[in-house]
Amino acid sequence: MILPALFFYLFAGVCVASAAMVISSRNPVHSVLFLILAFVNAAGLFILMGAEFLAMILIVVYVGAVAVLFLFVIMMLDVDFAELREGFLEYLPFGLVIAAIFLLELLLVVGGWTLNPTVTKSITAAIPGDVSNTEALGLVLYTKYIHYFQLAGMVLLVAMIGAIVLTLRHRAGVKRQDINVQNARTPEMAMSVRQVASGQGLQDADQAEWVK
Amino acid sequence: MADFFAMPLWTDFLWPLIVMVAQSVLLLVVLLIAIAYILLADRKIWAAVQIRRGPNVVGPWGLFQSFADLLKFVLKEPIIPSGANKGVFLLAPLVSCVLALAAWAVIPVNLNWVISDINVGILYIFAISSLSIYGIIMGGWASNSKYPFLAALRSAAQMVSYEVSIGFVIITVLLCAGSLNLSAIVEAQHTKGLASLIGLPWLTFLNWYWLPLLPMFVVFYVSALAETNRPPFDLVEAESELVAGFMVEYGSTPYLLFMLGEYVAITTMCAMGAILFMGGWLPPVDLPPFNWVPGVIWFSLKLFFMFFLIAMAKAIVPRYRYDQLMRLGWKVFLPLSLAMVVIVAGVLQFAGIAPK
Repeated sequence: MILPALFFYLFAGVCVASAAMVISSRNPVHSVLFLILAFVNAAGLFILMGAEFLAMILIVVYVGAVAVLFLFVIMMLDVDFAELREGFLEYLPFGLVIAAIFLLELLLVVGGWTLNPTVTKSITAAIPGDVSNTEALGLVLYTKYIHYFQLAGMVLLVAMIGAIVLTLRHRAGVKRQDINVQNARTPEMAMSVRQVASGQGLQDADQAEWVK
Repeated sequence: MADFFAMPLWTDFLWPLIVMVAQSVLLLVVLLIAIAYILLADRKIWAAVQIRRGPNVVGPWGLFQSFADLLKFVLKEPIIPSGANKGVFLLAPLVSCVLALAAWAVIPVNLNWVISDINVGILYIFAISSLSIYGIIMGGWASNSKYPFLAALRSAAQMVSYEVSIGFVIITVLLCAGSLNLSAIVEAQHTKGLASLIGLPWLTFLNWYWLPLLPMFVVFYVSALAETNRPPFDLVEAESELVAGFMVEYGSTPYLLFMLGEYVAITTMCAMGAILFMGGWLPPVDLPPFNWVPGVIWFSLKLFFMFFLIAMAKAIVPRYRYDQLMRLGWKVFLPLSLAMVVIVAGVLQFAGIAPK
Protein backbone atom coordinates (compact mmCIF):
# COMPACT_ATOMS: atom_id res chain seq x y z
CA MET A 1 0.00 0.00 0.00
CA ILE A 2 1.38 3.36 -1.01
CA LEU A 3 -0.46 5.47 1.57
CA PRO A 4 1.49 4.44 4.72
CA ALA A 5 4.75 5.01 2.83
CA LEU A 6 3.60 8.51 1.83
CA PHE A 7 2.66 9.30 5.41
CA PHE A 8 5.95 7.90 6.66
CA TYR A 9 7.92 10.26 4.44
CA LEU A 10 5.65 13.16 5.41
CA PHE A 11 6.04 12.59 9.15
CA ALA A 12 9.74 11.70 8.98
CA GLY A 13 10.56 14.63 6.71
CA VAL A 14 8.70 17.19 8.82
CA CYS A 15 10.17 15.68 11.98
CA VAL A 16 13.77 16.00 10.77
CA ALA A 17 13.18 19.45 9.29
CA SER A 18 11.60 20.78 12.48
CA ALA A 19 14.38 19.22 14.57
CA ALA A 20 16.86 21.15 12.45
CA MET A 21 14.80 24.31 12.94
CA VAL A 22 14.90 23.78 16.74
CA ILE A 23 18.64 24.40 16.82
CA SER A 24 18.87 26.90 13.98
CA SER A 25 15.88 29.14 14.71
CA ARG A 26 16.82 32.62 15.98
CA ASN A 27 13.83 33.11 18.24
CA PRO A 28 13.87 30.69 21.21
CA VAL A 29 10.06 30.55 21.36
CA HIS A 30 10.01 29.47 17.71
CA SER A 31 12.55 26.79 18.67
CA VAL A 32 10.18 25.36 21.27
CA LEU A 33 7.26 25.49 18.84
CA PHE A 34 9.35 23.54 16.31
CA LEU A 35 10.26 21.07 19.05
CA ILE A 36 6.54 20.53 19.62
CA LEU A 37 6.04 19.98 15.90
CA ALA A 38 8.83 17.39 16.00
CA PHE A 39 7.13 15.61 18.92
CA VAL A 40 3.79 15.52 17.13
CA ASN A 41 5.37 14.09 14.00
CA ALA A 42 7.23 11.49 16.05
CA ALA A 43 3.84 10.51 17.47
CA GLY A 44 2.62 10.12 13.88
CA LEU A 45 5.55 7.77 13.20
CA PHE A 46 4.62 5.73 16.27
CA ILE A 47 1.08 5.37 14.94
CA LEU A 48 2.39 4.14 11.59
CA MET A 49 4.35 1.47 13.46
CA GLY A 50 1.18 0.36 15.26
CA ALA A 51 2.28 1.76 18.64
CA GLU A 52 -0.80 3.91 19.14
CA PHE A 53 -0.58 3.93 22.95
CA LEU A 54 2.98 5.28 22.92
CA ALA A 55 1.97 7.90 20.37
CA MET A 56 -0.85 9.21 22.55
CA ILE A 57 1.28 9.15 25.71
CA LEU A 58 4.02 11.02 23.87
CA ILE A 59 1.55 13.78 23.03
CA VAL A 60 -0.11 13.89 26.45
CA VAL A 61 3.12 13.90 28.46
CA TYR A 62 5.69 15.66 26.31
CA VAL A 63 3.59 18.03 24.26
CA GLY A 64 0.76 18.59 26.73
CA ALA A 65 2.84 19.04 29.87
CA VAL A 66 6.62 19.15 29.45
CA ALA A 67 6.73 21.43 26.41
CA VAL A 68 4.22 23.79 28.06
CA LEU A 69 6.67 24.24 30.94
CA PHE A 70 9.49 24.79 28.43
CA LEU A 71 7.43 27.52 26.78
CA PHE A 72 6.62 29.04 30.17
CA VAL A 73 10.25 29.33 31.17
CA ILE A 74 11.50 30.58 27.83
CA MET A 75 8.73 33.16 27.48
CA MET A 76 9.28 34.54 30.96
CA LEU A 77 13.08 34.50 31.19
CA ASP A 78 14.78 37.43 29.56
CA VAL A 79 17.67 35.51 28.04
CA ASP A 80 20.21 37.38 25.94
CA PHE A 81 20.72 34.95 23.10
CA ALA A 82 23.41 36.95 21.35
CA GLU A 83 25.53 36.45 24.44
CA LEU A 84 24.72 32.74 24.52
CA ARG A 85 25.76 32.31 20.92
CA GLU A 86 29.16 33.87 21.51
CA GLY A 87 30.57 30.73 23.07
CA PHE A 88 29.24 28.47 20.33
CA LEU A 89 32.62 27.56 18.77
CA GLU A 90 34.24 27.29 22.19
CA TYR A 91 31.78 24.63 23.34
CA LEU A 92 31.56 22.87 19.97
CA PRO A 93 34.15 20.11 20.73
CA PHE A 94 32.45 19.37 24.07
CA GLY A 95 29.07 19.12 22.37
CA LEU A 96 30.48 16.84 19.69
CA VAL A 97 31.90 14.48 22.34
CA ILE A 98 28.50 14.26 24.03
CA ALA A 99 26.81 13.65 20.68
CA ALA A 100 29.31 10.88 19.88
CA ILE A 101 28.67 9.16 23.24
CA PHE A 102 24.95 9.41 22.69
CA LEU A 103 25.23 7.92 19.20
CA LEU A 104 27.38 5.07 20.52
CA GLU A 105 24.83 4.27 23.22
CA LEU A 106 21.99 4.30 20.72
CA LEU A 107 23.92 1.93 18.45
CA LEU A 108 24.56 -0.38 21.42
CA VAL A 109 20.87 -0.51 22.29
CA VAL A 110 19.66 -0.97 18.72
CA GLY A 111 22.58 -3.27 17.91
CA GLY A 112 21.96 -6.06 20.35
CA TRP A 113 22.56 -5.33 24.03
CA THR A 114 19.34 -6.09 25.93
CA LEU A 115 18.11 -5.82 29.47
CA ASN A 116 17.15 -9.49 29.58
CA PRO A 117 18.85 -12.12 27.41
CA THR A 118 15.66 -14.14 26.96
CA VAL A 119 14.02 -11.30 25.07
CA THR A 120 16.93 -10.74 22.70
CA LYS A 121 16.03 -8.71 19.66
CA SER A 122 12.64 -7.91 21.11
CA ILE A 123 12.95 -4.42 19.62
CA THR A 124 12.34 -5.90 16.20
CA ALA A 125 9.72 -8.38 17.40
CA ALA A 126 6.33 -8.06 15.78
CA ILE A 127 3.44 -6.62 17.79
CA PRO A 128 1.15 -9.50 18.79
CA GLY A 129 -1.91 -9.52 16.56
CA ASP A 130 -4.52 -10.89 18.93
CA VAL A 131 -4.31 -8.19 21.61
CA SER A 132 -4.39 -4.44 21.22
CA ASN A 133 -1.18 -2.47 21.49
CA THR A 134 -2.13 -1.02 24.87
CA GLU A 135 -2.90 -4.45 26.30
CA ALA A 136 0.32 -5.92 24.93
CA LEU A 137 2.34 -3.20 26.64
CA GLY A 138 0.51 -3.73 29.92
CA LEU A 139 1.03 -7.49 29.77
CA VAL A 140 4.82 -7.18 29.81
CA LEU A 141 5.13 -3.94 31.80
CA TYR A 142 3.21 -5.19 34.83
CA THR A 143 4.55 -8.76 34.83
CA LYS A 144 8.04 -9.22 33.47
CA TYR A 145 9.30 -5.68 34.01
CA ILE A 146 7.36 -4.80 37.15
CA HIS A 147 10.49 -4.14 39.19
CA TYR A 148 12.00 -1.81 36.60
CA PHE A 149 8.64 -0.12 36.35
CA GLN A 150 8.44 0.37 40.12
CA LEU A 151 12.04 1.58 40.18
CA ALA A 152 11.31 4.18 37.52
CA GLY A 153 8.30 5.28 39.55
CA MET A 154 10.46 5.65 42.66
CA VAL A 155 13.01 7.75 40.76
CA LEU A 156 10.23 10.07 39.61
CA LEU A 157 8.77 10.24 43.13
CA VAL A 158 12.15 11.13 44.64
CA ALA A 159 12.67 13.80 41.96
CA MET A 160 9.22 15.21 42.68
CA ILE A 161 9.79 15.35 46.44
CA GLY A 162 13.21 16.89 45.82
CA ALA A 163 11.72 19.65 43.68
CA ILE A 164 9.14 20.40 46.38
CA VAL A 165 11.76 20.43 49.15
CA LEU A 166 13.98 22.79 47.16
CA THR A 167 11.24 25.32 46.42
CA LEU A 168 8.95 25.16 49.44
CA ARG A 169 9.59 27.75 52.10
CA HIS A 170 7.30 29.13 54.74
CA ARG A 171 7.88 32.82 55.27
CA ALA A 172 6.93 34.29 58.61
CA GLY A 173 4.46 37.16 58.70
CA VAL A 174 2.66 36.34 55.48
CA LYS A 175 -1.12 36.36 55.75
CA ARG A 176 -2.60 33.23 54.28
CA GLN A 177 -6.19 32.27 53.63
CA ASP A 178 -7.38 29.19 55.47
CA ILE A 179 -10.70 28.31 53.89
CA ASN A 180 -11.62 25.74 56.54
CA VAL A 181 -11.23 28.31 59.31
CA GLN A 182 -13.28 30.81 57.32
CA ASN A 183 -16.05 28.31 56.72
CA ALA A 184 -16.12 27.32 60.37
CA ARG A 185 -16.60 30.94 61.49
CA THR A 186 -20.10 31.75 62.71
CA PRO A 187 -21.75 35.15 63.36
CA GLU A 188 -21.48 34.46 67.12
CA MET A 189 -17.71 34.14 66.86
CA ALA A 190 -17.35 37.26 64.77
CA MET A 191 -19.57 39.79 66.52
CA SER A 192 -21.60 40.52 69.60
CA VAL A 193 -24.70 42.71 69.80
CA ARG A 194 -24.91 45.25 72.66
CA GLN A 195 -27.49 47.62 73.98
CA VAL A 196 -25.63 50.88 74.21
CA ALA A 197 -27.05 53.64 76.35
CA SER A 198 -27.73 56.79 74.34
CA GLY A 199 -24.88 59.32 74.36
CA GLN A 200 -22.49 57.02 76.17
CA GLY A 201 -20.93 54.62 73.73
CA LEU A 202 -19.20 51.40 74.71
CA GLN A 203 -17.34 51.50 78.01
CA ASP A 204 -13.70 50.65 78.33
CA ALA A 205 -14.71 47.91 80.77
CA ASP A 206 -16.12 45.96 77.84
CA GLN A 207 -12.84 46.08 75.97
CA ALA A 208 -11.99 42.44 76.59
CA GLU A 209 -15.01 41.35 74.56
CA TRP A 210 -14.41 43.58 71.58
CA VAL A 211 -13.74 41.82 68.36
CA LYS A 212 -10.60 43.12 66.76
CA MET B 1 -15.51 2.91 -17.18
CA ALA B 2 -16.54 -0.34 -15.48
CA ASP B 3 -12.89 -1.37 -15.53
CA PHE B 4 -11.96 1.69 -13.55
CA PHE B 5 -14.36 0.85 -10.73
CA ALA B 6 -12.87 -2.64 -10.46
CA MET B 7 -9.31 -1.35 -10.25
CA PRO B 8 -7.52 -1.56 -6.87
CA LEU B 9 -6.82 2.17 -7.10
CA TRP B 10 -10.58 2.75 -6.92
CA THR B 11 -11.64 -0.03 -4.50
CA ASP B 12 -8.71 0.29 -2.09
CA PHE B 13 -7.96 3.94 -2.22
CA LEU B 14 -10.28 6.40 -3.94
CA TRP B 15 -13.65 5.05 -2.82
CA PRO B 16 -12.67 4.76 0.90
CA LEU B 17 -11.18 8.26 0.61
CA ILE B 18 -14.42 9.67 -0.83
CA VAL B 19 -16.46 7.96 1.90
CA MET B 20 -14.13 9.28 4.59
CA VAL B 21 -14.21 12.84 3.30
CA ALA B 22 -18.01 12.73 2.90
CA GLN B 23 -18.44 11.46 6.48
CA SER B 24 -16.10 14.10 7.86
CA VAL B 25 -17.81 16.93 5.97
CA LEU B 26 -21.24 15.72 7.10
CA LEU B 27 -20.11 15.57 10.74
CA LEU B 28 -18.47 19.00 10.52
CA VAL B 29 -21.53 20.65 8.97
CA VAL B 30 -23.92 19.13 11.50
CA LEU B 31 -21.55 19.96 14.36
CA LEU B 32 -21.05 23.58 13.30
CA ILE B 33 -24.78 24.20 12.85
CA ALA B 34 -25.41 22.56 16.22
CA ILE B 35 -22.79 24.82 17.76
CA ALA B 36 -24.43 27.91 16.27
CA TYR B 37 -27.60 26.97 18.16
CA ILE B 38 -25.76 25.84 21.30
CA LEU B 39 -24.17 29.30 21.38
CA LEU B 40 -27.59 30.88 21.04
CA ALA B 41 -28.96 28.56 23.74
CA ASP B 42 -26.09 29.60 26.00
CA ARG B 43 -27.04 33.26 25.66
CA LYS B 44 -30.78 32.54 25.97
CA ILE B 45 -30.31 30.48 29.14
CA TRP B 46 -28.09 33.17 30.59
CA ALA B 47 -30.71 35.78 29.74
CA ALA B 48 -33.57 33.72 31.17
CA VAL B 49 -31.80 33.33 34.51
CA GLN B 50 -31.35 37.10 34.68
CA ILE B 51 -34.96 37.70 33.52
CA ARG B 52 -33.89 39.25 30.22
CA ARG B 53 -34.99 38.35 26.71
CA GLY B 54 -31.57 37.60 25.24
CA PRO B 55 -30.96 37.84 21.48
CA ASN B 56 -34.41 38.06 19.90
CA VAL B 57 -34.08 40.38 16.90
CA VAL B 58 -32.41 38.46 14.07
CA GLY B 59 -34.92 35.98 12.66
CA PRO B 60 -37.86 34.45 14.56
CA TRP B 61 -37.02 34.38 18.31
CA GLY B 62 -33.48 35.40 17.40
CA LEU B 63 -32.78 32.01 15.79
CA PHE B 64 -30.38 33.47 13.21
CA GLN B 65 -28.35 35.49 15.72
CA SER B 66 -25.26 33.23 15.54
CA PHE B 67 -25.19 33.44 11.74
CA ALA B 68 -25.46 37.22 11.88
CA ASP B 69 -22.53 37.26 14.32
CA LEU B 70 -20.57 35.01 11.99
CA LEU B 71 -21.14 37.37 9.06
CA LYS B 72 -20.20 40.35 11.19
CA PHE B 73 -16.86 38.84 12.19
CA VAL B 74 -16.01 37.50 8.75
CA LEU B 75 -16.71 40.81 7.00
CA LYS B 76 -14.57 42.87 9.38
CA GLU B 77 -10.99 43.79 8.62
CA PRO B 78 -8.45 41.62 10.44
CA ILE B 79 -6.01 43.84 12.33
CA ILE B 80 -2.53 42.60 13.19
CA PRO B 81 -0.67 44.74 15.74
CA SER B 82 2.64 46.03 14.37
CA GLY B 83 4.60 44.61 17.32
CA ALA B 84 3.04 41.18 16.96
CA ASN B 85 4.85 38.09 15.80
CA LYS B 86 2.79 37.82 12.64
CA GLY B 87 3.12 34.12 11.81
CA VAL B 88 2.45 32.83 15.31
CA PHE B 89 -0.27 35.47 15.79
CA LEU B 90 -2.27 34.11 12.85
CA LEU B 91 -1.40 30.47 13.53
CA ALA B 92 -2.76 30.54 17.10
CA PRO B 93 -6.51 30.80 16.31
CA LEU B 94 -6.14 28.19 13.57
CA VAL B 95 -4.43 25.77 15.97
CA SER B 96 -7.10 26.37 18.57
CA CYS B 97 -10.00 25.78 16.15
CA VAL B 98 -8.56 22.88 14.13
CA LEU B 99 -7.50 20.92 17.22
CA ALA B 100 -10.91 21.35 18.83
CA LEU B 101 -12.62 20.06 15.68
CA ALA B 102 -10.13 17.17 15.32
CA ALA B 103 -11.32 15.69 18.60
CA TRP B 104 -14.69 14.90 17.04
CA ALA B 105 -13.10 12.34 14.69
CA VAL B 106 -13.34 9.63 17.35
CA ILE B 107 -16.61 10.51 19.09
CA PRO B 108 -19.30 7.88 18.45
CA VAL B 109 -22.72 9.51 18.11
CA ASN B 110 -24.48 6.16 17.61
CA LEU B 111 -23.56 2.49 17.34
CA ASN B 112 -20.90 2.43 14.57
CA TRP B 113 -21.60 6.09 13.71
CA VAL B 114 -18.05 7.28 14.15
CA ILE B 115 -15.49 8.59 11.68
CA SER B 116 -12.55 6.67 13.14
CA ASP B 117 -13.21 3.89 15.65
CA ILE B 118 -9.67 3.73 17.06
CA ASN B 119 -8.54 1.58 19.99
CA VAL B 120 -7.20 4.46 22.05
CA GLY B 121 -10.08 6.86 21.37
CA ILE B 122 -10.24 8.31 24.86
CA LEU B 123 -6.49 8.89 24.97
CA TYR B 124 -6.75 10.63 21.61
CA ILE B 125 -9.34 13.07 22.97
CA PHE B 126 -7.23 13.59 26.07
CA ALA B 127 -4.16 14.29 23.93
CA ILE B 128 -6.03 16.69 21.67
CA SER B 129 -7.51 18.60 24.58
CA SER B 130 -4.05 18.91 26.15
CA LEU B 131 -2.79 20.34 22.84
CA SER B 132 -5.45 23.04 22.82
CA ILE B 133 -3.39 24.99 25.40
CA TYR B 134 -1.06 25.94 22.57
CA GLY B 135 -3.66 28.01 20.73
CA ILE B 136 -4.06 30.18 23.82
CA ILE B 137 -0.42 30.40 24.84
CA MET B 138 0.72 31.16 21.27
CA GLY B 139 -1.97 33.81 20.86
CA GLY B 140 -1.06 35.42 24.16
CA TRP B 141 2.65 35.50 23.46
CA ALA B 142 2.47 36.55 19.81
CA SER B 143 0.26 39.56 20.63
CA ASN B 144 3.34 41.13 22.25
CA SER B 145 1.27 42.84 24.92
CA LYS B 146 1.20 42.42 28.68
CA TYR B 147 -2.44 41.54 29.33
CA PRO B 148 -2.77 38.80 26.71
CA PHE B 149 0.52 37.33 27.88
CA LEU B 150 -0.53 37.24 31.54
CA ALA B 151 -3.86 35.73 30.56
CA ALA B 152 -2.16 33.07 28.44
CA LEU B 153 0.14 32.09 31.32
CA ARG B 154 -2.81 31.87 33.69
CA SER B 155 -4.77 29.80 31.26
CA ALA B 156 -1.93 27.38 30.56
CA ALA B 157 -1.37 26.78 34.28
CA GLN B 158 -5.10 26.32 34.82
CA MET B 159 -5.54 23.84 32.00
CA VAL B 160 -2.48 21.79 32.96
CA SER B 161 -3.75 21.60 36.56
CA TYR B 162 -7.24 20.42 35.73
CA GLU B 163 -6.04 18.00 33.06
CA VAL B 164 -4.50 15.96 35.88
CA SER B 165 -7.82 15.41 37.62
CA ILE B 166 -9.64 14.77 34.32
CA GLY B 167 -7.01 12.14 33.60
CA PHE B 168 -7.73 10.34 36.86
CA VAL B 169 -11.49 10.56 36.27
CA ILE B 170 -10.98 8.94 32.87
CA ILE B 171 -8.87 6.21 34.50
CA THR B 172 -11.67 5.29 36.93
CA VAL B 173 -14.10 4.97 34.02
CA LEU B 174 -11.58 2.90 32.07
CA LEU B 175 -11.14 0.57 35.04
CA CYS B 176 -14.88 -0.09 35.03
CA ALA B 177 -15.22 -0.41 31.25
CA GLY B 178 -12.00 -2.28 30.53
CA SER B 179 -11.34 -0.57 27.22
CA LEU B 180 -9.91 2.64 25.79
CA ASN B 181 -12.32 2.53 22.85
CA LEU B 182 -15.21 4.98 23.23
CA SER B 183 -17.80 2.69 21.62
CA ALA B 184 -16.72 -0.13 23.92
CA ILE B 185 -17.05 2.18 26.93
CA VAL B 186 -20.65 2.94 25.95
CA GLU B 187 -21.44 -0.73 25.30
CA ALA B 188 -19.98 -1.64 28.71
CA GLN B 189 -22.69 0.52 30.29
CA HIS B 190 -25.46 -1.32 28.44
CA THR B 191 -25.75 -4.66 30.19
CA LYS B 192 -23.66 -4.75 33.34
CA GLY B 193 -24.37 -2.71 36.45
CA LEU B 194 -26.88 -1.91 39.12
CA ALA B 195 -30.00 -2.51 36.98
CA SER B 196 -29.16 -6.14 36.29
CA LEU B 197 -28.12 -6.51 39.93
CA ILE B 198 -31.62 -5.59 41.18
CA GLY B 199 -33.26 -7.75 38.51
CA LEU B 200 -34.57 -4.97 36.25
CA PRO B 201 -32.14 -5.18 33.29
CA TRP B 202 -34.20 -2.76 31.16
CA LEU B 203 -33.53 0.16 33.54
CA THR B 204 -30.34 0.98 31.66
CA PHE B 205 -29.92 4.44 33.18
CA LEU B 206 -29.02 2.76 36.46
CA ASN B 207 -26.20 0.95 34.63
CA TRP B 208 -24.56 4.15 33.46
CA TYR B 209 -21.47 5.19 35.35
CA TRP B 210 -22.94 8.43 36.72
CA LEU B 211 -24.44 6.44 39.59
CA PRO B 212 -21.56 4.21 40.78
CA LEU B 213 -19.00 6.92 40.01
CA LEU B 214 -21.07 9.93 41.11
CA PRO B 215 -18.19 11.74 42.88
CA MET B 216 -16.09 11.40 39.75
CA PHE B 217 -18.94 12.74 37.62
CA VAL B 218 -18.98 15.87 39.77
CA VAL B 219 -15.18 16.18 39.56
CA PHE B 220 -15.40 15.70 35.79
CA TYR B 221 -18.08 18.38 35.45
CA VAL B 222 -16.14 20.97 37.45
CA SER B 223 -12.86 20.08 35.75
CA ALA B 224 -14.55 20.36 32.36
CA LEU B 225 -15.61 23.89 33.28
CA ALA B 226 -12.03 24.74 34.22
CA GLU B 227 -10.49 22.95 31.27
CA THR B 228 -12.60 24.87 28.75
CA ASN B 229 -12.17 28.20 30.60
CA ARG B 230 -15.89 28.51 31.24
CA PRO B 231 -17.29 30.61 34.08
CA PRO B 232 -16.80 30.39 37.06
CA PHE B 233 -13.22 29.57 35.99
CA ASP B 234 -12.94 32.05 33.10
CA LEU B 235 -9.94 33.76 34.66
CA VAL B 236 -8.36 33.80 31.23
CA GLU B 237 -10.72 36.54 30.20
CA ALA B 238 -11.46 38.09 33.57
CA GLU B 239 -12.56 41.46 32.24
CA SER B 240 -11.98 43.33 35.46
CA GLU B 241 -8.34 42.24 35.66
CA LEU B 242 -7.15 41.42 32.17
CA VAL B 243 -9.38 43.45 29.80
CA ALA B 244 -10.48 40.53 27.59
CA GLY B 245 -7.71 38.05 28.25
CA PHE B 246 -5.50 36.53 25.61
CA MET B 247 -7.85 37.67 22.83
CA VAL B 248 -7.46 41.42 23.44
CA GLU B 249 -5.49 42.04 20.26
CA TYR B 250 -7.67 39.81 18.12
CA GLY B 251 -10.59 40.86 15.97
CA SER B 252 -12.50 39.72 12.93
CA THR B 253 -12.02 36.13 11.68
CA PRO B 254 -9.10 35.19 13.98
CA TYR B 255 -11.26 36.13 16.98
CA LEU B 256 -14.14 34.15 15.51
CA LEU B 257 -11.88 31.09 15.22
CA PHE B 258 -10.91 31.42 18.90
CA MET B 259 -14.56 31.63 19.93
CA LEU B 260 -15.48 28.71 17.68
CA GLY B 261 -12.61 26.63 19.07
CA GLU B 262 -13.78 27.40 22.59
CA TYR B 263 -17.35 26.30 21.93
CA VAL B 264 -16.25 23.19 20.01
CA ALA B 265 -14.05 22.28 22.99
CA ILE B 266 -17.06 22.76 25.30
CA THR B 267 -19.26 20.48 23.17
CA THR B 268 -16.43 17.92 23.08
CA MET B 269 -16.36 17.96 26.88
CA CYS B 270 -20.16 17.57 26.94
CA ALA B 271 -19.91 14.65 24.51
CA MET B 272 -17.26 13.08 26.74
CA GLY B 273 -19.52 13.50 29.76
CA ALA B 274 -22.36 11.88 27.83
CA ILE B 275 -20.18 8.96 26.72
CA LEU B 276 -18.29 8.31 29.95
CA PHE B 277 -21.06 8.83 32.48
CA MET B 278 -24.43 8.86 30.72
CA GLY B 279 -24.25 5.89 28.39
CA GLY B 280 -23.69 7.70 25.07
CA TRP B 281 -26.37 6.67 22.58
CA LEU B 282 -28.12 4.17 24.91
CA PRO B 283 -31.79 4.84 25.75
CA PRO B 284 -32.43 5.50 29.45
CA VAL B 285 -35.01 2.69 29.56
CA ASP B 286 -34.44 -0.24 27.23
CA LEU B 287 -38.15 -0.75 26.46
CA PRO B 288 -40.43 0.50 23.65
CA PRO B 289 -41.05 3.32 22.86
CA PHE B 290 -37.70 4.48 24.27
CA ASN B 291 -35.53 2.09 22.27
CA TRP B 292 -37.38 2.97 19.05
CA VAL B 293 -35.81 6.41 19.22
CA PRO B 294 -32.54 6.52 17.22
CA GLY B 295 -29.41 6.51 19.39
CA VAL B 296 -28.15 9.76 17.90
CA ILE B 297 -31.18 11.56 19.42
CA TRP B 298 -30.41 10.20 22.88
CA PHE B 299 -26.78 11.17 22.41
CA SER B 300 -27.72 14.73 21.42
CA LEU B 301 -30.14 15.03 24.33
CA LYS B 302 -27.47 13.93 26.78
CA LEU B 303 -24.95 16.24 25.21
CA PHE B 304 -27.35 19.13 25.51
CA PHE B 305 -28.16 18.22 29.11
CA MET B 306 -24.45 18.47 29.94
CA PHE B 307 -24.30 21.79 28.11
CA PHE B 308 -27.31 23.05 30.05
CA LEU B 309 -25.47 22.31 33.30
CA ILE B 310 -22.45 24.23 32.02
CA ALA B 311 -24.59 27.16 30.87
CA MET B 312 -26.35 27.31 34.23
CA ALA B 313 -23.00 27.45 36.01
CA LYS B 314 -22.16 30.52 33.91
CA ALA B 315 -25.42 32.18 34.87
CA ILE B 316 -25.45 31.58 38.61
CA VAL B 317 -21.90 31.11 39.96
CA PRO B 318 -19.58 34.06 40.65
CA ARG B 319 -16.02 33.94 39.32
CA TYR B 320 -13.30 32.17 41.32
CA ARG B 321 -10.15 33.88 42.46
CA TYR B 322 -6.98 32.47 40.95
CA ASP B 323 -5.47 31.03 44.13
CA GLN B 324 -8.81 29.43 45.00
CA LEU B 325 -8.88 27.84 41.57
CA MET B 326 -5.41 26.36 42.05
CA ARG B 327 -6.29 25.17 45.56
CA LEU B 328 -9.40 23.42 44.26
CA GLY B 329 -7.49 21.71 41.48
CA TRP B 330 -4.42 20.55 43.36
CA LYS B 331 -5.55 20.21 46.97
CA VAL B 332 -9.12 18.98 46.57
CA PHE B 333 -9.66 17.31 43.19
CA LEU B 334 -6.25 15.68 42.79
CA PRO B 335 -6.28 13.78 46.14
CA LEU B 336 -9.98 12.98 45.73
CA SER B 337 -9.62 11.54 42.24
CA LEU B 338 -6.40 9.72 43.14
CA ALA B 339 -8.14 8.11 46.11
CA MET B 340 -11.08 7.15 43.90
CA VAL B 341 -8.76 5.41 41.42
CA VAL B 342 -7.43 3.25 44.26
CA ILE B 343 -10.92 2.64 45.70
CA VAL B 344 -12.51 1.76 42.35
CA ALA B 345 -9.62 -0.55 41.40
CA GLY B 346 -9.81 -2.23 44.83
CA VAL B 347 -13.58 -2.73 44.70
CA LEU B 348 -13.45 -4.11 41.15
CA GLN B 349 -10.63 -6.49 42.04
CA PHE B 350 -11.92 -7.80 45.35
CA ALA B 351 -15.58 -8.00 44.36
CA GLY B 352 -14.47 -9.95 41.30
CA ILE B 353 -16.35 -7.69 38.87
CA ALA B 354 -13.31 -6.33 37.04
CA PRO B 355 -13.73 -6.60 33.27
CA LYS B 356 -11.67 -9.54 31.97
